[in-house]
Amino acid sequence: MAYSFPEEVLEYVFAFLSSDKDRNAVSLVCKSWYEIERWCRRRVFIGNCYAVSPQIVIRRFPEVRAVKIKGKPHFADFNLVPERWGAYVYPWISAMARSYPWLEEIKLKRMVVTDESLELISKSFKNFKVLMLSSCEGFTTDGLSSIAANCRNLRELDLRESDVEDLSGHWLSHFPDNFTSLVSLNMSCLGSEVSFSALERLVSRCPNLKTLRLNRAVPVEKLASLLRRAPQLVEFGTGAYSTEIRTDIFSNLVGAFSGCKHLKSLSGFWDVVPAYLPAMYCVCSRITSLNLSYATVQSPDLVELISQCPNLKCLWVLDYIEDAGLKALSSYCKDLQELRVFPSDPYSAEPNVSLTEQGLVTVSAGCPKLQSVLYFCRQMSNAALVAIARNRPNLIRFRLCIIEPQAPDYLTLEPLDTGFGAIVEHCKELRRLSLSGLLTDRVFEYIGTHAKKLEMLSIAFAGDSDLGLHYVLSGCESLRKLEIRDCPFGDKALLANAAKLETMRSLWMSSCSVSYGACKLLGQKMPNLNVEVIDERGPPDSRPKTCPVEKLYVYRTVAGPRADKPDFVWTMDEDGALRLS
Amino acid sequence: MAHQNDLNLKATELRLGLPGTDESEDMVSTAKNNKRASPASVNDSGLNSAAKSADNETSSASKAQIVGWPPVRSYRKNNLQPKKADSETGIYVKVSMDGAPYLRKVDLKVYNGYSDLLKALESMFKLSIGEYSEREGYKGSEYAPAYEDKDGDLMLVGDVPWDMFMSSCKRLRIMNGSEAKGLGCAL
Repeated sequence: MAYSFPEEVLEYVFAFLSSDKDRNAVSLVCKSWYEIERWCRRRVFIGNCYAVSPQIVIRRFPEVRAVKIKGKPHFADFNLVPERWGAYVYPWISAMARSYPWLEEIKLKRMVVTDESLELISKSFKNFKVLMLSSCEGFTTDGLSSIAANCRNLRELDLRESDVEDLSGHWLSHFPDNFTSLVSLNMSCLGSEVSFSALERLVSRCPNLKTLRLNRAVPVEKLASLLRRAPQLVEFGTGAYSTEIRTDIFSNLVGAFSGCKHLKSLSGFWDVVPAYLPAMYCVCSRITSLNLSYATVQSPDLVELISQCPNLKCLWVLDYIEDAGLKALSSYCKDLQELRVFPSDPYSAEPNVSLTEQGLVTVSAGCPKLQSVLYFCRQMSNAALVAIARNRPNLIRFRLCIIEPQAPDYLTLEPLDTGFGAIVEHCKELRRLSLSGLLTDRVFEYIGTHAKKLEMLSIAFAGDSDLGLHYVLSGCESLRKLEIRDCPFGDKALLANAAKLETMRSLWMSSCSVSYGACKLLGQKMPNLNVEVIDERGPPDSRPKTCPVEKLYVYRTVAGPRADKPDFVWTMDEDGALRLS
Repeated sequence: MAHQNDLNLKATELRLGLPGTDESEDMVSTAKNNKRASPASVNDSGLNSAAKSADNETSSASKAQIVGWPPVRSYRKNNLQPKKADSETGIYVKVSMDGAPYLRKVDLKVYNGYSDLLKALESMFKLSIGEYSEREGYKGSEYAPAYEDKDGDLMLVGDVPWDMFMSSCKRLRIMNGSEAKGLGCAL
């Protein structure tokens, strides 16, 4: 049957399949479909750079145009993964430079990228269009100069949240005068000032520029000039908004903003002087996304702004908004889908703002489309969590961080098991959950029983025993990523659920009670897992087998143990022998 | 699974006392729940430092010592800290008004800019100051705000950028409009 259908027809049909899941399913139908599909797959997503090797990817998919690769585990964001752990992109770039001359897109997250890699990218791919480096590190602005100078068809350069060694702002001046293809530029993470005239000229000659996220160094008095040259902008990030208010700057800014009829997203606002916020009021009615998470502005000024944005779908803000501001948000922004509230003073013992669980409850009641929440606060109650769960069964992401570890329900002093239990019971589509506060094994029983669509779970300072971990590993059918720190989870649950780990992308456990002996056993039992012990105290062999390891990172792989481990990482091998890198 | 039974009992235990009265028990159960301390610390020598420091932290107020907690990315932390240091010291300058019996003092840091400051002065001294213009100063108003700068010169408020003003202003003086007219013309 398969032979009677011409390959070209199948290929044509497969071209309509964009999701990896669909393409993977199609390639399992029969050998000829596998072959046809692999030749026409253009986009590859590698969720863990160590799960597969560049050679394996290239061998299977010879005509790829776009790759997206993720490196370090998520907890690296909070300094839990030591420096030099790995996730080097160079081997990937080098292999792709040889085999994918027509590569157009590279998107990386939490990887180590060197200037050498950037230079190789800029010289190897003639049709290179998109470079996105999200939370990456290891490169300097010299690497950016190579990209700017050599990538003639570049459309997107997005450095979001990367840690770049900023030698100077000179890199931007390397875009040639005849370079006009830029669509998106995000340089918000850089510190140095770029040549403003070079920036102005670049913006002027790129008619398709839709996204421009400036860095802090661009002062407010220069914004109007840029906006006037790019009235077609859809996404705009300001620099520091802190020059003292002057009527001429203000009116200039108002004029410039009023020319931007397509603006949907605003960000930036470092050190914002509240008096400048009204300059944007003319665009607020179209705004769907607002990132005010650097704006150290008090609640009344925030409310003034937000009240003008009835179409707001996504808001990132500091806890200066307070409960009162969130109440206003819930009444003005009925389309709100995502809310992130960050702490202005995460380290003080006492609250510096009047933001409590009440704010989140109010938003959950007033915003029917709310599906994604990240909320830092200092007190929580089971009653509030139950209310939120009942109000918003359509939640997909719920990340709650109660700043004090193991803080109980502040009204009853009980654990927050019931509250989070209500969340997983009511929110049947929940895909991501982060827990905090005082929690016993009970909450994990609820999670294992109800959270059937949960894909990512983050746990800190919670649980009483292995039972907690066992509930999660045995109950959460869709679990892909599990990250745990400072919990009393140990060997039993891990070993009893070893097979589960092969169905997941990765498991991270740090400051728990998993012994070195159990890690070795796991490595022996499961040849398709890399069981990496991270321990900066020296070789685990030098301590008793019962000694808990500092950190454990387990992930499925078809590439075997990695060859680039630093001296504080050991892979538990299948024959039980220690392999030092 | 003896642990499990214990915990279940505790979780379903009815409490008739006020929330505060069970506190000592709760504190103990918190410590007990802190299981990461027991197997790790009792059985071996290699304590993991994060657990140890977190143990010591339970009564202390400084959270900064737990690595990676709260889970805030470093670029966000760097943004906020300078602001905090700033707010600890004010820039207080004396404000005199011609004819007033005593002087006042204001903290320049509290104001976002000139309009903020002038509004505050207007309210403090119950007067009106009027609009600033580069060409004519505070033309037409009864009063004009002036200040003494680092060099001891009497300057008109509003000429220089706010930040520069904040660092060079030594004292403020609210002058009569008639007197100030001379200032404007001289420029």
